[in-house]
Amino acid sequence: MSGFNFATDSRGVATITWDIPDKSMNILNFELLEELDGLVDRVLCDDGIKGAVITSGKPDFSGGMDLNTLAALKASGGDKPAQRIFDGTMELHRVLRRIETGGSDPKAGRPGKPFAAALTGTALGIGIEVALACHRVFASDRPEARIGFPEIRLGLFPGGGGTTRLVRMLGLMRASTWLFEGRTADPARAADAGLINEVVPAAGLAAAAGDWVAGTAWSDAVKPWDVRGYRIPGGAPYQRDGFPVFTGATAQVHGRTRGVYPAAKALLSAIYEGSLVPFDTALRIEARWFTKVMMNPSSAAMINTLFVNKRALDKGPAQPAGADAPRVRALGIIGAGMMGAGIGHVAAAAGIPVVLVDRDRDTAERGRAIIGNLMEESVQRGRMTADRKAELLSGVAATDRYRDLADCDLVIEAVFEDPGVKARVIAAAAEAVAPGTVIATNTSTLPISELSQSCPDGERFLGMHFFSPVHKMMLLEIIRGRDTGAPAVETAVAFSRQVRKTPIVVNDARFFYANRCVIPYINEGVRMVAEGVRPALVENAARSLGMPVGPLQLVDETSLDLGVAIAKASRAALGAKHADSPAETVMERLVELGRLGRKSGAGFYAYDGRGRRQGLWAGLGENWPIASGQPGVATVRHRLLLIQVLEAVRTLEDGVLRDIREGDVGAILGWGFAPWSGGPFTWLDTVGADEAVSICDRLSEQLGDRFSAPGLLRKMAGTGETFHGRFAGTGTAT
Amino acid sequence: MRDAYIYDTVRTPRGKGKADGSLHEVPSVRLSADVINSISARNNLRARQVGDVIWGNVTQVGEQGACLARSAVLFSDLDDSVPAVSVNRFCASGLEAVNMAANQIRSGASGAVIAGGVESMSRVPMGSDGGAIAADPALAMKAHFVPQGISADIIATRYGFSRTDCDAFAVESQARAAKADAEGRFDRSRIPVMDQNGLTILGTDEQIRQDTDMQALGALKPSFKDIGESMPGFDAVAMLRFPELERVDHVHHAGNSSAISDGAAAVLLGDAALGEENGLTPRARVRAASRVGTDPTIMLTGPVPATEMALEAAGMQIGDIDLFEVNEAFASVVLYFMSSLGVDHAAINVNGGAIAMGHPIGATGAMILGTLIDELERRDKETGLATLCVGSGMGVATIVERI
Repeated sequence: MSGFNFATDSRGVATITWDIPDKSMNILNFELLEELDGLVDRVLCDDGIKGAVITSGKPDFSGGMDLNTLAALKASGGDKPAQRIFDGTMELHRVLRRIETGGSDPKAGRPGKPFAAALTGTALGIGIEVALACHRVFASDRPEARIGFPEIRLGLFPGGGGTTRLVRMLGLMRASTWLFEGRTADPARAADAGLINEVVPAAGLAAAAGDWVAGTAWSDAVKPWDVRGYRIPGGAPYQRDGFPVFTGATAQVHGRTRGVYPAAKALLSAIYEGSLVPFDTALRIEARWFTKVMMNPSSAAMINTLFVNKRALDKGPAQPAGADAPRVRALGIIGAGMMGAGIGHVAAAAGIPVVLVDRDRDTAERGRAIIGNLMEESVQRGRMTADRKAELLSGVAATDRYRDLADCDLVIEAVFEDPGVKARVIAAAAEAVAPGTVIATNTSTLPISELSQSCPDGERFLGMHFFSPVHKMMLLEIIRGRDTGAPAVETAVAFSRQVRKTPIVVNDARFFYANRCVIPYINEGVRMVAEGVRPALVENAARSLGMPVGPLQLVDETSLDLGVAIAKASRAALGAKHADSPAETVMERLVELGRLGRKSGAGFYAYDGRGRRQGLWAGLGENWPIASGQPGVATVRHRLLLIQVLEAVRTLEDGVLRDIREGDVGAILGWGFAPWSGGPFTWLDTVGADEAVSICDRLSEQLGDRFSAPGLLRKMAGTGETFHGRFAGTGTAT
Repeated sequence: MRDAYIYDTVRTPRGKGKADGSLHEVPSVRLSADVINSISARNNLRARQVGDVIWGNVTQVGEQGACLARSAVLFSDLDDSVPAVSVNRFCASGLEAVNMAANQIRSGASGAVIAGGVESMSRVPMGSDGGAIAADPALAMKAHFVPQGISADIIATRYGFSRTDCDAFAVESQARAAKADAEGRFDRSRIPVMDQNGLTILGTDEQIRQDTDMQALGALKPSFKDIGESMPGFDAVAMLRFPELERVDHVHHAGNSSAISDGAAAVLLGDAALGEENGLTPRARVRAASRVGTDPTIMLTGPVPATEMALEAAGMQIGDIDLFEVNEAFASVVLYFMSSLGVDHAAINVNGGAIAMGHPIGATGAMILGTLIDELERRDKETGLATLCVGSGMGVATIVERI
């Protein structure tokens, strides 16, 4: 494969053009690296060549390293995978360092040749790392281009020299927002931050870079860190200015990641240790820590779930050639409250015309105003122009007439979570729309197959569970009722893609997938309060598990009366099979006390007049005295984690969940299930079914049947299988 | 095994450890030599009689670098044949030096040792020697590193010492120190620091604030709230280590924590023969000593297990100790000691402590041992215990008894 083109102009300026045939985006793998190495060699060895521009033949420069290459590298290492990864990483460093030193020989006093990077568009991961190895970076002024380092979001860190170079360019403080937050920015902002040198009109990019190479003296093509006396901006760890920065960064990273993300720890160690030694040694240190992260199961888990599997779910099944991909051309929404407006907002922002219906014009208009406000936030952040906002908002119609829904191909009702109200709305909608229109109910708890009774044609009816706030939450849980037909699901999945949500498709059963797993998490936390476990221990244990909020804070957000209502409904539905929980008594008591959660300004937490959380309510200890013996934090963590994981396994056994990849991705995107774990099924695979069962046995003996290992898990412990091994390729989503 | 006797103790006044402090102009090697010369002269020490100088010193860079102990010997009137070693056990360095010296005496390795320490915190600021414990992420995260002030606040939070408790303790420390100073209780050990012309630079402890009251302390802002709660957020690290805490109560401030100080102190230890040769009467015997490691995050609870270990080594009970010196690094450290071991404040730091007078970290351990022996004599009591909390989670204690 030839991934790069090579040309030289009359001035002796070579252009290396990255342009992988038949791909829309350039990536890097080791084959391509070898090819690049050869071309760099040509630049350095040919006396007729002055220097080189590295650019792309595509609208974008590069999307990054081919993550499959990294996985393959590890796999090819046999019994020495770490050695293989380390060697591969060092090879990458060698090639990029050749570009950076341009063939110079400081001992002989020979300067190197200048290299410029010309970024046509997006440059992420290894893309920007290649650019940073060059002496000057030019970028097209395309606001849609993204520049940055997304590695940390996948449980990695920039391992192609980006870590070492960026810290030496910007200092730890300024580099850390890029490295630790995985931030990306448009070229103008990246230039302001010092990542790139010049932003130029797209048409003049090649000329600007080429002219710079032609006009640059060899002796000027040298990096600051290759000049004697170089000092890291902001100071190295044991310099007076650097010491508090490094000390502070450590505490900050530790506190924010709660110590559960190996990549963040490794990244900071690579920076710290690298800052104390010369550049080439720093690269070797970076490679060692990168190898360490690649060898960590958490990184593999995050890559698999948040990159490979999430992308597969986002992409969906391949369409037969020539077939029209289903898509929503007009969306109807009934109920212009927060949820309805939120859904309308993401649809409108994706360019889909929206009809927003409510019982009167004013209410509908208020919903439209919410959409306008949400768009205004994007305008304020520079993510949308005022003109574009006006244009998109003009596609949103607010009305009180159901008949205005006639042209919609998908209608979502988002009215109050009450079966009677919903039934009336669904029946009215079914009457108003065209025969093929898909009707969806946005619900988080009500059984779809029951609501389906109100729709004359159950085949085109389904559930769409949006998470709040809609524009921030990346998951859409699509629920198939008993009668839901495949075309309806296809339409919902297509809509999900249009609004850039990751869809999971589950079967209908009480609370579907996400809430079915979250509710036990809340209940387990509340139950511990009843047992006299320190509430702070419960909350801190949850957060140190990587959960975004503790169970008590979560139930304050969703409200205690809802918790009580769910328990009542569950009791009514399950009858004798419903296991009464001390958690219900606690929630009932708080509701009696008028402590309904944040909405009432009082719950497990106390709130000030402006609704800000002040701390756990001091009265908890009076109602549920702190027990003299407290469990260890590990036990509390196990309880909070297992209670979710086991429920996830049960949804698989029940056939609610049809694809464990959806289970993993859905858990992380839907309710923030410990992202470092890669999701409940990946966590079980990492721990091993065997070990998981023995934890279950221990917990169930002390705490009851809710921790009994599900039959499937116990069976797998017996056979030594993993979920991803057993269910590989059986997914139905793609 | 021989007995290790303490023959004398000498200290400088404690100067304010800032650029406007009186001792800021005096190099640490001179502070050291002053107390070494004074203790040798007071006890008729002859050349070659001293087997070693063991010198506590924490921040060993700049003028305190390159083995300050040896530099101090060369700068002093001692013979060049006297060796010296700098020791760093953070805040307990001065007491650790005494304990190491006692071991040399007991083993017969030396007949006389000058132990003690120095810290010129105004000239060599604390922390200017760096330290992997704070800056190396692999270590700092493993050890859940937080600065001492956060640790002191964790103690207060975990064991329920309020801001009022800590302030009341501080007010009492000031009152005791002022009274002790006024009554001349420090005069036996304390020598003035003089210039090269014999003019006095500082004769008394510089930082005692006799007029300190609850109202004055109440106006002070907590010192560690910002670094705990916002930037960089050490409380989050503390709560990873102590997940039962909902928050850290930031009760410590400049008024109920030890003051940054300059100063030096020396202790002369020797065997029985030294007393006979030089015509000296031993003032006390080192009965037992201890050193412990503790949790590095809460860091400052070491005096309790160190005391327990020393008591066990001595075959004593807590009730056998007549007087205690527990270094007042922070109010909560001493409050925790009192409540854990059931010791009344009436028996602890009877002449005030570091909250009033300051804490020149390399020297304080030797200083409080001197204060303890002076006070045992004044009250005609038998047994005393000195202990200090130590950075990164350690504790040191020494039990002495009068002869």
